[in-house]
Amino acid sequence: MSILLNENTRVIVQGITGKLARFHASEMVDYGTKVVAGVVPGRGGEKVDAIPVFNTVKDAVNETGATASLIFVPPPFAADSIMESADAGLQFCVCITDGIPAQDMIYVKRYMMRYPREKRMILTGPNCAGTISPGKSLLGIMPGHIYKQGSVGIVSRSGTLGYEAAYQLKELGIGISTSVGIGGDPINGSSFRDILERFNEDDETEIIALIGEIGGPQEAEGAEFIGKHISKPVVAYVAGLTAPRGKTMGHAGAIISAYGETAEEKVEMLSSAGVTVAPNPAVIGETIASILN
Amino acid sequence: MDIHEYQAKKILEEHGIKIPTGAISYSPEQAVYRAHEIGGKTWLVKAQVHAGGRGKAGGVKVCHSESEVLEAADDMFGRKLITHQTGGMGKGIYRVYVEGAVEIEKELYLGFVLDRSTQRIMLVTSGEGGMEIEEISEKKPQSIVRCEVEPAVGLREFQAREIAFELGIDSSLVQQLQKTLMGCYSAFRTLDATMLEINPLAITKDKSIIALDAKMTFDDNALFRHPKIAELRDKSQEDPRERNAADRGLNYVGLTGEIGCIVNGAGLAMATMDTIKLAGGEPANFLDIGGGATPERVTKAFKLILSDERVKVILVNIFAGINRCDWVAQGVVDAMENLDFTHPVVVRLAGTNVKEGKEIIKKSKQPIIQADDLMEAATKSVQIWQNL
Repeated sequence: MSILLNENTRVIVQGITGKLARFHASEMVDYGTKVVAGVVPGRGGEKVDAIPVFNTVKDAVNETGATASLIFVPPPFAADSIMESADAGLQFCVCITDGIPAQDMIYVKRYMMRYPREKRMILTGPNCAGTISPGKSLLGIMPGHIYKQGSVGIVSRSGTLGYEAAYQLKELGIGISTSVGIGGDPINGSSFRDILERFNEDDETEIIALIGEIGGPQEAEGAEFIGKHISKPVVAYVAGLTAPRGKTMGHAGAIISAYGETAEEKVEMLSSAGVTVAPNPAVIGETIASILN
Repeated sequence: MDIHEYQAKKILEEHGIKIPTGAISYSPEQAVYRAHEIGGKTWLVKAQVHAGGRGKAGGVKVCHSESEVLEAADDMFGRKLITHQTGGMGKGIYRVYVEGAVEIEKELYLGFVLDRSTQRIMLVTSGEGGMEIEEISEKKPQSIVRCEVEPAVGLREFQAREIAFELGIDSSLVQQLQKTLMGCYSAFRTLDATMLEINPLAITKDKSIIALDAKMTFDDNALFRHPKIAELRDKSQEDPRERNAADRGLNYVGLTGEIGCIVNGAGLAMATMDTIKLAGGEPANFLDIGGGATPERVTKAFKLILSDERVKVILVNIFAGINRCDWVAQGVVDAMENLDFTHPVVVRLAGTNVKEGKEIIKKSKQPIIQADDLMEAATKSVQIWQNL
């Protein structure tokens, strides 16, 4: 088992004709991901590196049996593309696009509520690096070679810090069940809480690494959920101890604007919930290793 | 993106909210002329800066004669206003808003925000206006009335009415307040605001509901569809270093240390700053060069870092996913060959095309110090900085 995706996941890439989408689609194919189609309106019938392109997500699903989508569509149109994949009955969608208007995401979240929970697509991102189950499938822009297969579940707002954790673990000979990027936007598809719940139920995951940062309520909500419902050990790191208040630190969501949103406060809440917090990003791997042993 | 009070008031007026008679001026003489045009006996002269807390910092003056208006405006123009929100540098006053005073009976608080917990637009009101919302929630938390907006149908009139009754205002004013709330929601929604605050929203002695102050912030990511809002950007209110970076498509926040950072990814950039601090140094900046960084963008990042005179050492930390180490390495080499500087440069590369990247650096024969992991990169940078 792994969460969200496995070796049978059949993937479409929305916006596949763009330069970056094309590069990453081919990286994913090289990794072993089943990339079965691309979707670009008006480009149906073409091929991108042997991958057939369709006009709509519905066409792609009907023709290829796709179950998941990866979105590279530019920000003004990306929210629409997410809704299109939700409507086409996909199970899982990763939105890479950075810069989607926050209010568009409010509408995406509301639109998805029209489906009953068991039929509702799981969205991660936007503005995330993707999700990988090492050795099975990679759905995103991360470098596959830094992930070793194993039993640590990673959930991270930051893409690059997720890489950092995976890389440190690999250097220590430790592998990963699934690594999930939930993205740096203020309104996103899945929260820490959503992913923690899945890892808790996943047989393959023995320990969970939560990588947070300043801004927003998600670490606090995650901490509360861990205290009440998570039976597996959790290790955390929170970036931004040196970040000034009131400034957006790159991610649209990384801004300290309310109580409980600084790194110190988040570390405090996570520690109180029984989470082992790594004091700095260079020892995330060691901290996990010390608990595993 | 922030805008000025007078600009926010104009937008709100277009959405049916009452505002006092006022006019913008760009010189003390114009301020007097505006006061004369407005008429009456009492005016407010208000410094237009992108920060709250103006009143306490001397940025709002009540004047009872035209000569007082001239004096107040003359005192403000060209000065830096330092409030609890501006930081020590303050913000320059280059525009002053002159407004006719109104007689106030009661002050309310009104705010709209994007609530990250419910992932919806949230309306926050209180019968205790005039104080900042943080102060209200500390001193009079029971006075706060919140209302969540269902996105599919927007703010409904019954919700606005409920709030009006809950705030306990005179029933003859309920319809006016309802119109104000609906107008604010419409402005917030249609213009992609992320924050709208009217504090105070006043009930005047002649029973009118009127916005005495107004603050609006807009979603940078939505400016592409609001060209008229984008035009309201006032670069004089931005940190010059951050303004330069934004104009070059880079994400930068200036700090006070001496180790300049060039990193990809916001999380890793923050973590790099944290690690420098842990290793005994101080970061000079936050800089995320983003995904798909070309050699040209890396060179731009170097130019930006070098424009900060505080910087003594440069640390480049790249974990490439959407990026490519070979492009970044080429950018570092290009910068060192083409830009005139002698700062030591520490580079840590990992991820996509890392072998090619390291090879480019080795072949270039530039004095670049390579590191394999984050701690090593931070420690090396700090050691070099300490030995300078």
